[in-house]
Amino acid sequence: MYDFNFHSASSVDDAASKLAAAKDGTVMAGGQTLIPVLKQRLASPSDVVSLAGAGLSGITNNGDSVTIGATTTHAAVAASGDVPAALRSVAEGIGDAQVRNRGTIGGSIANNDPAADYPAALLGLGATVTTNQRDIAADDFFIGLFETALNDGEIVKSVTFPNATKAAYAKFPNPASRYAMVGVFVAQAADGVRVAVTGATDCAHRGPRLEAALSANWSASALDGITIPPENLNSDIHGSAEYRANLVIVMAKRAVEAAG
Amino acid sequence: MVENGIGASLKRKEDNRFLTGKGNYTDDINRRGQTHVYIVRSPHAHATINSVNTAAAAAAPGVVAVYGGQDLIDDAVGGLVCGASVTGKGGEVNKAPPRNVLTIDKARFVGDPIIAVIAETLAQAKDAAELVEIDYTELPSTVSTANSDADGAPQLHEECPNNVALDWELGDKAAVDAAFAAAHKTAKVELINNRMVTNAMEPRAAVGEYNSGTGDLTLYVTSQNPHVHRLVMSAFMNIMPEHKFRVVAPDVGGGFGSKIFTYNEEAICAWAAKKLDRPVKWTSDRSEGFMSDAHGRDHVSTAEMAMDADGKFLGMRVDSKSNMGAYLQLFSVSIPTLFHGFLLAGQYTTPAIYLEMRCVMTNTAPVDAARGAGRPEATYLLERLVDVSAREMGLDPAEIRRRNFIKADQMPYQTPVVQCYDSGDYDASLDKALGMADYDGFSARQAEAKGRGKLRGIGLSSYIEACGVAPSAAVGSLGVGVGLWESAQVRFNPTGGVTVFTGTHSHGQGHETAFAQLVTERLGVPVENVEVVHGDTDKGQFGMGTYGSRSLPVGGVAIANACDKIIAKGKKIAAHTLEASEDDIEFGDGNFTVAGTDKVMNIAEVAFTAYVPHNYPEGVEPGLDEIAFFDPLNFSFPAGAHVCEVEIDPDTGTLEIVNYTAIDDFGVLVNPMIVEGQVHGGLAHGIGQALLEGCVYDEDSGQLISGSFMDYCMPRADNLPSFNVDYSPTIPLHNPLGVKGCGEAGAIAAPPAVINAIVNALDIKHLDMPATPEKLWRAAQAAG
Amino acid sequence: MATVSMTVNGQAVSGDVEGRTLLVQFLRENLNLTGTHVGCDTSQCGACVVHVNGDSMKSCTMLALEAEGADVTTIEGLAKGGELHPMQQAFKDNHGLQCGFCTPGMVMSAIDLVAKNPNPDEATIREQLEGNICRCTGYHNIVKAVQQAAQGG
Repeated sequence: MYDFNFHSASSVDDAASKLAAAKDGTVMAGGQTLIPVLKQRLASPSDVVSLAGAGLSGITNNGDSVTIGATTTHAAVAASGDVPAALRSVAEGIGDAQVRNRGTIGGSIANNDPAADYPAALLGLGATVTTNQRDIAADDFFIGLFETALNDGEIVKSVTFPNATKAAYAKFPNPASRYAMVGVFVAQAADGVRVAVTGATDCAHRGPRLEAALSANWSASALDGITIPPENLNSDIHGSAEYRANLVIVMAKRAVEAAG
Repeated sequence: MVENGIGASLKRKEDNRFLTGKGNYTDDINRRGQTHVYIVRSPHAHATINSVNTAAAAAAPGVVAVYGGQDLIDDAVGGLVCGASVTGKGGEVNKAPPRNVLTIDKARFVGDPIIAVIAETLAQAKDAAELVEIDYTELPSTVSTANSDADGAPQLHEECPNNVALDWELGDKAAVDAAFAAAHKTAKVELINNRMVTNAMEPRAAVGEYNSGTGDLTLYVTSQNPHVHRLVMSAFMNIMPEHKFRVVAPDVGGGFGSKIFTYNEEAICAWAAKKLDRPVKWTSDRSEGFMSDAHGRDHVSTAEMAMDADGKFLGMRVDSKSNMGAYLQLFSVSIPTLFHGFLLAGQYTTPAIYLEMRCVMTNTAPVDAARGAGRPEATYLLERLVDVSAREMGLDPAEIRRRNFIKADQMPYQTPVVQCYDSGDYDASLDKALGMADYDGFSARQAEAKGRGKLRGIGLSSYIEACGVAPSAAVGSLGVGVGLWESAQVRFNPTGGVTVFTGTHSHGQGHETAFAQLVTERLGVPVENVEVVHGDTDKGQFGMGTYGSRSLPVGGVAIANACDKIIAKGKKIAAHTLEASEDDIEFGDGNFTVAGTDKVMNIAEVAFTAYVPHNYPEGVEPGLDEIAFFDPLNFSFPAGAHVCEVEIDPDTGTLEIVNYTAIDDFGVLVNPMIVEGQVHGGLAHGIGQALLEGCVYDEDSGQLISGSFMDYCMPRADNLPSFNVDYSPTIPLHNPLGVKGCGEAGAIAAPPAVINAIVNALDIKHLDMPATPEKLWRAAQAAG
Repeated sequence: MATVSMTVNGQAVSGDVEGRTLLVQFLRENLNLTGTHVGCDTSQCGACVVHVNGDSMKSCTMLALEAEGADVTTIEGLAKGGELHPMQQAFKDNHGLQCGFCTPGMVMSAIDLVAKNPNPDEATIREQLEGNICRCTGYHNIVKAVQQAAQGG
């Protein structure tokens, strides 16, 4: 790790001003992705601003939606009675118990790892990301490989998930890293059927053909016969593009079955 | 019966320190004035090093020294050595290309050490290492086991034309050819034994410390054999004479073979500590370990079996290549030859066997012994071939094994591939395993699974290994450069406690407990009064260390023999004190008794008398402290039958091991609790190889793709089942304690059991390891 | 350099650290609490697991300065008055350790596991221990140990 100046922010505004004052600063929530990156010397920020003390942790359910503060840990989401089951199951499957005790939803989505779980949940439920500057629809938030709509100095404050009639997430983990080789989130969301896929490509995305099929017939069998072209899918020593293409359909079916 | 002696599942003496954080591993050791070394390694698989500029690094904050390979040569430090000289075809001994501690002109694998940067802190050393400028010319590389000997392949060493280190053969080719000519049917399988990274959980580490006042050098190091480390660094590397050199292997967090060898970084810590007259510490990152630890396995083979009309094996032919990596490590070519070829008979009476083994150099990390070392490769190849043979013959895999087993009444049995087995009852092991696994009920379970959409399969593995390495004369005649005896010292203290020094080393095996039980059994001393000491060349007599499941079969016998010397001397002292003839003294349960009387003297009293010899027999030396060396007469031959049952989800290729039964013949069990733990761990290693683990280099760039736990899949708790473990012992002729060794069995037996279960589930002929979900999915799709 | 203060095993401690100093480095190097180990550099092996404010966390993936004011428990802080913690005792009773290197992290994770799952079945134990890698035991006896500790506690 290269050395850096560490700051603890007392609020989002404090974090933003500390970040603005830094030569090349970055914010850190749980650090479960950032610290491994720093350890490999793949990043060299001048300053690291911790959000842990910025008051961004917490879960509120107003009946129509649930809002999860940016620094709420995966463990807290997984254990919360205010969080719908599908979302709890996403949090429960991230990393391992120790990572879940420290990793946060804000950190996960701001990093936008192509194999992260939360991006699929945000897309699948049509969530809204609230930052210190604006609200961003999930559909507009995840842009590309480790890339989001966040501007420099923009900090995620919370994520709001509208209620869905039915929803579930099915994940096929990479056997080594336990990240999603393919994860599929399906929902009968407020604005219709949503299907979101993570792990298969360079960025989590919605699956319009799967959505169309499930809109017409909400059942696993509705996906029979649909094939995913492997051309743009990820391929590595753990799974070829063809295999991932298969997993997208299988996981989608399992998610539909789990959603009921 | 002695309490807590042989056969007791005594809780381990070493556990309290490990459970309370009081273990003392090499990285826990810090010496006053310590510096830290970081190694600059080649990022290229194969490259010419045109120039190195270390000026900026040397001037960086906190930097104490920057060294390259020439600095060691200038100090007359020798290179790393290969300890094997195996004679191949045409009487030609294997090539052994030289290896500098830090490579100078050429880098031959990703991670090849080039420059050592030593600084006040590790962070400073790492920061400075980035300032080292190395100008490379990249060369084409070759990582392939199968193709590195092809015409036109990039060449690693001038000394190894076509990258061949050794062309070796074993067995009677003409007899095998005749068997195939006469065969009713033949079977053939082509298979890969996947390369593994050993990954002991403790990364390698070393701390060198020099005392310029005494001229003594100490090296704390993650070693399975500290005396061998000292010997190699002294005799071949010229770092320090043995008598001025102390090597300490403190608590070591697993070895599995990877910590047998003397490594570059360890030599640097030892040498630089003297050069700088300051302690020098190195601790491997896990990612450095992936690059630079010796790897294991990595064979490609074609195996064929000739059978008569009854499925009796007439002859077996194996054509194989093994990957040695970029340099030959300590055992290197002896593993795929001697430790592999000599086990190819397995449990069977196959009369004629012929193996050709070509050992090739590649642009990868060196490959050497890893848990099982050659024997897993032999067992996997043979037990796969046996199942393919059963398939060809239309025989049940259990039946074809029974038809070909060496029978218990044929022991001792001379195989056609050197080894002479001294004990074993393979039918008994298989019968017990099949019973425990409910083999007969499998088809009903398979049908039930099918109803749930799952493909269920069952697989057998009847394995044998050669442990207790090894008779020195035998291995010497084959080209292994050391004796493989073991030593022990058993010392009574005046107050009756016993200190046992063993030349073996414990890095998880529980020697401090099991060896104490051995002494308790032999001498009748309470187990809490016996302390086992190992891992320090200044404390113990010379020893060869721990590998090849040798600690108990060889080291344990040395301890028992030292105990017997204690008893023999004790009889003289007791006879004198009790005023009896030495011939009338009997020893048992810790007491010397005059036969037929109630005159008795406890061994603690004898010990006290030996140290306070006021009334003492003439001509007997004071003290009660005996050393014994033991050189075994034969290998030991643990064997057994394992049964694996799996279920595969055809939609995703996900596999679950639903039952695993292990029946092993280890002879006498000293501590059954520890033995069972060794079986479990070996099984995890073997199942890991079969399903999860694979070390992958990119064929084009030579880059290590599986370079961290993010990409190299280690077995986790949720990958494995609970195991059903039991025993079917026979007593070996050659081992005085009746023990055989148990640490490698699971790693040897499990891979074919798992793959045989998979091919059974999928009704296919073969599938290469690791059987990843994608491979299983593809096979399931193809099988319909 | 900055100063960090926290409570470790019930004792108030402080020390000077860099921004990049990991919690595990602070424990091992500043406090000489070498029972917490480092077995990988990708946050996966779990040899470094400690409790921070009661939750198990990987001290190799946390900065020392992030633990400012925290209550940290390491393997050295479990045994009280010479008595092993029930989880430590269960590991000993069930031969749930061999080389001992993964053991501190494994025990710390197992204690958190049982605290949050008072009656875990085998599958739950195996799933919840996915963040701790052991090369020696094959996990069989670790699972038994956790079961014993859960039943006893």
